[in-house]
Amino acid sequence: MRATATAARTTRATVIATVALVAAVVAALSIGPARLPVWAVMRELLDRLPLVNLDSGLSVNQVATIWDLRFPRVVLGLLVGAVLSGSGAAYQGAFRNPLADPYLLGVAAGAGLGATIALVAGAATNNGGVLTPVPLAAFGGAMSSVALTYLAGGVGRQRTATGLLLAGVAVSSFLTAAQTYVLQRNTQVLRTVYSWILGRLTVVGWTDVGIVLPYAVASAVVLLIMARSLDVLAVGDEEAGALGIRVKRVRAIVIVAASLGTAAAVAVSGLIGFVGLIVPHTVRLMVGGSYRRIIPLSQIGGAAFLVAADLLARTVISPAELPIGVITAIVGGPFFLLVMRTRRENFA
Amino acid sequence: MKRPIRLVTALGLIAALGACSDDGTEKQAAAPIEEATTVVLATTAAPAPTEPAVAAPSKIVSLSAAATEMLFAIGAGPQVLAVDSTSNFPADAPITDLSGFEPNVEAIAATGADLVVLSDDMNNVVAGLTALKIPVMQTPAAVTLDDTFAQIEQLGAATGHIAQAAELVKNMQTEIDEIVAEARSAAPATPLSFYHELDPTYYSATSTTFIGQIYKAFGLVNIADAASTDDDFGYPQLSAEYIVTADPDLIFLADVKCCQANAAAVGTRDGWAGLQAVTGGGVIELDDDIASRWGPRVVDQYRAVAAALAKLPVG
Repeated sequence: MRATATAARTTRATVIATVALVAAVVAALSIGPARLPVWAVMRELLDRLPLVNLDSGLSVNQVATIWDLRFPRVVLGLLVGAVLSGSGAAYQGAFRNPLADPYLLGVAAGAGLGATIALVAGAATNNGGVLTPVPLAAFGGAMSSVALTYLAGGVGRQRTATGLLLAGVAVSSFLTAAQTYVLQRNTQVLRTVYSWILGRLTVVGWTDVGIVLPYAVASAVVLLIMARSLDVLAVGDEEAGALGIRVKRVRAIVIVAASLGTAAAVAVSGLIGFVGLIVPHTVRLMVGGSYRRIIPLSQIGGAAFLVAADLLARTVISPAELPIGVITAIVGGPFFLLVMRTRRENFA
Repeated sequence: MKRPIRLVTALGLIAALGACSDDGTEKQAAAPIEEATTVVLATTAAPAPTEPAVAAPSKIVSLSAAATEMLFAIGAGPQVLAVDSTSNFPADAPITDLSGFEPNVEAIAATGADLVVLSDDMNNVVAGLTALKIPVMQTPAAVTLDDTFAQIEQLGAATGHIAQAAELVKNMQTEIDEIVAEARSAAPATPLSFYHELDPTYYSATSTTFIGQIYKAFGLVNIADAASTDDDFGYPQLSAEYIVTADPDLIFLADVKCCQANAAAVGTRDGWAGLQAVTGGGVIELDDDIASRWGPRVVDQYRAVAAALAKLPVG
C-alpha cells in the first residue's frame, strides 16, 4: 500500500518535472528581447528536422538569434541546472547533511581563484566562440580545491564526512581570501570577476556547451549508478559497512563525480547559487528520501529550474539583463528558509 | 557645447577664502574649496582669510587616474609625490602601490603628502586624512564635460596653476568643438546607431553617462538607452540577443586592455557575423583608459569617435 503511494507520488513528480522542463525549454526558445513570433521560432526549429522543409520567414540575424544565441544558452542552462541539482543531491546523500551543496568542498572558491588568476594574467572571457583560458583555469582551480579538501580532510588516516566538511570550509575560506588578495592587487579586473561570480549565461555559446557536455553526462551517469549506495549510506557509516557497502569508496566516487560535473559547470557559467539546495529539497518533499528517485528527478527539475531562472534573468528588465545568480538567490533564499522550517528536525 | 564659466566660480571661491598670491597672477590655494556639484575639498586646516598666501602643495598624492592626468596636464606634475597603482598616464607619473580602491590612511600619511586628491571616499579615507590634518581634494567621477572642466580649474586653483588650467580647458573646449563640428558636417542623414561595450558580458553605457554624452554630441543613437532602467545608473547589462536585434552600425570596444576584446573576435562571436557593424567595418577598438577617464585625454576619445565615423562609407 505504502509502496503504491510512493510510486504514485514518484510518477506525479516525474510528470510535473518533465512538463516543467518542456515548458521551460519552449518558453526560453520563444521569448527574448528580439520579440520573434513564436510560430516563426517553431517553424525554424522544425525546419531543422530531417524530411521537414519549412520557411520561417526570419532574417539572417533572427535565425542566428535562435540558433547561436538562444539555443546554446538553453542547452547550457539544462546541463548546468542538471549538474548542480544532481550534485547537490549527491553531496547531501554522501555527507548525510541537508545543508550540503555542490560548492561544499571548495569548488566555488577554487574556480573563483582560478578564473581570477586567468583574468589577471590577461585572458579574454569572450573570444568569439574560441576557447579561452578562463574556464580551463576555473576548472583547474575547482578540481585542485576539491583535491586539497580531500587530502586535508583525511589527516590521521581518518576521512569522515565531518572531517571533509570542516576541511571544505577551511579550504574555501583560504582560497576566497587568496582570491580577494589577488583582486585587491589587480582592481582592473574587478568588474569582470564580479560578472563571472554572479553567473554568466549571458555570453555562452556552443563552445561552452562542448566544454560542459562530457563532464555533465559522465557525472550524471555515475551519480545515477551510485544512487542505490547512497540510500544505504543514509543509515550511517557503520551500518552501511555492515550491509556490505564500502563506505569510503562510495563517498569518494560520489564526491569525485559530483565535483567533476560541478567544476565544469562553474567553469563556464560562473557561480550560480542555491540550485543545488532548492531543487533536491523540493524533490525530497515530493517523493521521499530515496536517492534513486531524488537524483534523477533533481537532474530533470534542476534543468527546468535553471532554464526558467535564465528566462527570468533576461526578461524581467528586458532588454537589459539580470545576473542569473541574482534570480536563483532571490528565489532560493526565502525557499531555503521555508525548507528549514518544514524540515526543522533535520537541522536540530 | 557652451560651457558655464567655471573659472569664475573657482576664482571667486579662492578669493573668498583669501588664498590669493601677492602678485595676483598665479593664485595658489591649499585652502578648502567646496562646490556641491562636482568638487569637494575637505580639510581642517583652513587658513584664516587675513593670513598671507599659503604655499602651493609640493607633495601631492593622487589616488585617481583621471586627476593624475589633470595634474600633469596643468603643469603640476613636479609637485606630485606619488600616484596610485592605476595612474598609468603620463609615463613619468610616480606610480606606487597606493590604492584608491582600498586606501590605507597610514600609508598615505607616511608619504608626507600635503594634498591628497582622490575620486571616491572609500573606507572613510577622507575622514581619516582629515583627522591627520592632511588636505583632501575629492574629484568624483564627472557626469558631464563641464564637470571635467570644473575639476581641472579647481585643481589648478588648489595647486597654483590657474592660468595653465584655464588654458587647458580653453584648448580642450576648442578642439572638441572643432572635432564634433567637422564630424557632424559629414554625417549621414539617418543617424547611425552604436553599441559601447564596457566588458565582455555586454555591460554598456547610456547617453546619460559621461562617455554616452560624447557619442551623443556626434548625434549617434545609443542602443543601450532603450535598455536602461532606473536601477542601473546608466550602465545596463545588455543581452547578445538584444545587441544582435538592434544591429548597430558601430561597435566601440572599451574592453580591449582589460579583457582582450578585439575587432576580429567580435565577428566570430556566435550570431554576430551578420551585424552591420561587423560587415561594414564599424567595430572600433578604443583605449580602455581614455574611454573610462574624465581627464584631459577626453579629447582623444572625441577624436576616436570622429575617426570611426570618417572611416565608414558615406550613405
